[in-house]
Amino acid sequence: MTARKEKIVLPLIAVLLGFVLGSLIVTLTGRSPLSMFAAIIKGFSGIDIINRQPINTRYIGEFIIQAMPIILTGLSFAFASRTGLFSIGAEGQLMIGSISATAVALLVEAPKVVHLPLVLLAGILGGALWGAIPGILKARYNVHEVVVTIMMNYIALHFNNFVILHIFGSVDRVKTAPFPETALLKSPFLQSITRQSRLNWGIIPVILAVVIFSFIINKTTFGYSLRAVGYNKEAARFAGMKVSRNIVASMAIAGAFAGLAGAVITVGTFNFGRVIQAAEGYGFDGIAVALVGGNEAMGILLAGLLFGGLKAAQPLMQSQGIPREIAGIIQASIVLFVAMKFGIKMVLDRFERKQVPTTEGDRV
Amino acid sequence: MSYIVEMLHITKDFPGIRANDDITLQIEERSIHALLGENGAGKSTLMSILFGLYQPDSGSIRVRGKEVKISDPNVATSLGIGMVHQHFKLVHNFTVTENIILGIEPRKGPVIDIRAAEQKVEEISKLYGLAVDPRAKIEEISVGMQQRVEILKMLYRDAEILIFDEPTAVLTPQEIHDLMQIMRRLVAEGKTILLITHKLKEIKEVADVCTVLRRGKLVSTVPVAETDEEKMAEMMVGRQVSFHVDKGPARPANELLRIENLNVKNVKGVLGVKNLSLSVRAGEILGLCGIEGNGQTELVYAITGLTKVESGRIFLKDKDITHLSIKERIDLGLGHIPEDRQKYGLVLDFTLGENFIIHNYYEKPFADHGILRKKAILENAQRLIREFDVRSGQGAMTPARAMSGGNQQKAILAREIDRSPEVFLVVQPTRGLDVGAIEYIHKRIIEERDKNKAILLVSLELDEIMDVSDRIAVIYNGEIVGIVDAAATNENELGLMMSGALRKTGDASSHRAHETVRV
Repeated sequence: MTARKEKIVLPLIAVLLGFVLGSLIVTLTGRSPLSMFAAIIKGFSGIDIINRQPINTRYIGEFIIQAMPIILTGLSFAFASRTGLFSIGAEGQLMIGSISATAVALLVEAPKVVHLPLVLLAGILGGALWGAIPGILKARYNVHEVVVTIMMNYIALHFNNFVILHIFGSVDRVKTAPFPETALLKSPFLQSITRQSRLNWGIIPVILAVVIFSFIINKTTFGYSLRAVGYNKEAARFAGMKVSRNIVASMAIAGAFAGLAGAVITVGTFNFGRVIQAAEGYGFDGIAVALVGGNEAMGILLAGLLFGGLKAAQPLMQSQGIPREIAGIIQASIVLFVAMKFGIKMVLDRFERKQVPTTEGDRV
Repeated sequence: MSYIVEMLHITKDFPGIRANDDITLQIEERSIHALLGENGAGKSTLMSILFGLYQPDSGSIRVRGKEVKISDPNVATSLGIGMVHQHFKLVHNFTVTENIILGIEPRKGPVIDIRAAEQKVEEISKLYGLAVDPRAKIEEISVGMQQRVEILKMLYRDAEILIFDEPTAVLTPQEIHDLMQIMRRLVAEGKTILLITHKLKEIKEVADVCTVLRRGKLVSTVPVAETDEEKMAEMMVGRQVSFHVDKGPARPANELLRIENLNVKNVKGVLGVKNLSLSVRAGEILGLCGIEGNGQTELVYAITGLTKVESGRIFLKDKDITHLSIKERIDLGLGHIPEDRQKYGLVLDFTLGENFIIHNYYEKPFADHGILRKKAILENAQRLIREFDVRSGQGAMTPARAMSGGNQQKAILAREIDRSPEVFLVVQPTRGLDVGAIEYIHKRIIEERDKNKAILLVSLELDEIMDVSDRIAVIYNGEIVGIVDAAATNENELGLMMSGALRKTGDASSHRAHETVRV
């Protein structure tokens, strides 16, 4: 099997095995796995195969809403990962992106063409700054990024809540005053074609982010040097690359993706700044998405959509009498099977060898 | 005549390649049997079959005349077959004894009887002249000693047939010499040794019989006494190999690299290079030889800019580069073939094409306004692959990881020579490579010399130093203890200087008493 084929086939098998395991568990709890699949199909497409109702596009909109932030946090994790860093910081960078967007949304008055881009930019910059800090600590003092990013997630959480409660003033100790229209990603058009779902123009920056990720990593000299550092720091240093600078840049850009996710949630899904009770799991979902997506832009987009759909299907499963946790179990087992990819590959290779008689060939 | 091990008509296929093709190997008891072949000739596969790591597709194995099926290494162990791997499998913060008994710990009630084990290790060590301290920690002993621990591991498990996989690749000349003694002692005590190697000199020195493999096929099995190195090399490579490195006299010109009173600290924080001065001129190869760990690494790091120097200066083309960055030195004309090609020389997960541009990926023609230009990168790769005969499965798109060691080294050589650096720092360029690749690499290095480049060759292989260099500098304990003309010296003199017993600086007062370098 070629490396390329492997990258596509192995995650697909993992997904399949995840669903098999999910079905098994549903069967064990005494329900029909068919109703689970019906719920999942409805979550993804709005097609109700049980009651044979017409397509409800609202479901499509809602599932994309779920997918958008985790695609971005997936890109965030993957970007750091390509430089050989293990960043757990997307969650916190997302919160900082969110509070930065909130600040610009509330404090700046401008027409929409200026205000909205400024809001998004604030999110990106906030996230980038928050990401750069562990990058600098790593590059300069060799402090492990995992420790720093985890701790900075807590700081971000409480900083966010402090700013909202004590600086902007909350309406009900839960949220800020609503943002002006000019700061919102809201799209009556997208809402109208998805039966008043919360779908918004946030999809455009998300798609752009996917394209930019792929472009930077694969096409630019900057991406080349990031990958070189990620694969082999020593060889990169020997070749005269500035390893420390690359580490900082990579963490900052990873932060930018997560910060954008914060902005998209804040001015897209909601229209106010929120007090966050506890980490909402966008960061960890992003890690899962990046792992399943093989740290590639396209893979992350697809994996993000899959996990978004599974999230959206949770309430639907519950209405079918299936515990909503099953969706979470499927999601977790997919990640588990992806992590087991070497085992899967071994089984596949054995299978392949039995099928095709080996021929003599020249070795290079 | 009795054979202790017979592998009869062994064939083993891997996808796309027949690694072993009808190979028959018969090993006499109490002999040293060498298995010779280039990288990829099928030596390791054959030995892995004997050790139970692979199953043959056809053929049979007999041990002491009885047909056996070796389904896994445990079966091999119970048959008295043991293997010393090229890369040791030791727990570094365990003691020698703890490593040896791992998995078969002797017990006294519920606790491990470490005393009894230590005693047994000591006894075995004495019997075979291994001189290993059973209580020493692995991380505190030399590589040569670590290898002896691996040998002890097998002996402790009562192995009768010992497989050595490229045992000398990691050893210094002295350690190699000691290992040869140990092997003879083992045979004298009744063991049988299977030696996998591509070093002809060692076979000639120690082995009784030699079996040569080439591209998965058996070429011949010959008594070592009736053959010579040239004949063995010819059988291994399939053509005549010139051992003698062909080169004309050096025509040294102006000085390109000058090192003045250099002091460099090593990783332990003490001076690894002490007050060292050297100079290399255009059109000559200066060989730096010494026992591993005598300051070579620190010197190389200081020249390339990886380590800061304590004091002293380094000049490249009369420009002081002592405090310049790695990048600036490269741009000034410093080329470098690093000691560890996989760790420092290549990005193994990059393609060959990507590896070729690692120094100038941001420049035209490979990039334009920060965007990589695929076509130029590809063309560059194809040109270098052609020019340097780099063999790879998918050409420029081959991941470096998928290439053989020899071709990885050729790729690095191609990349460095193509940049045409005026000062070329070549460290251990042929470590672990087969005869054909070594011959080629030496030829290209000498060609660079003849193009008026200054070359500093750092190597632990004395033969390589003597064959390729024009002048030889010997480093001992961080100091240059002598610089001699390559044509006017011999192995003996260099060996004495390498061990610190002899100085050739003309200054009688600096004579030192003999020091033991390693214990």
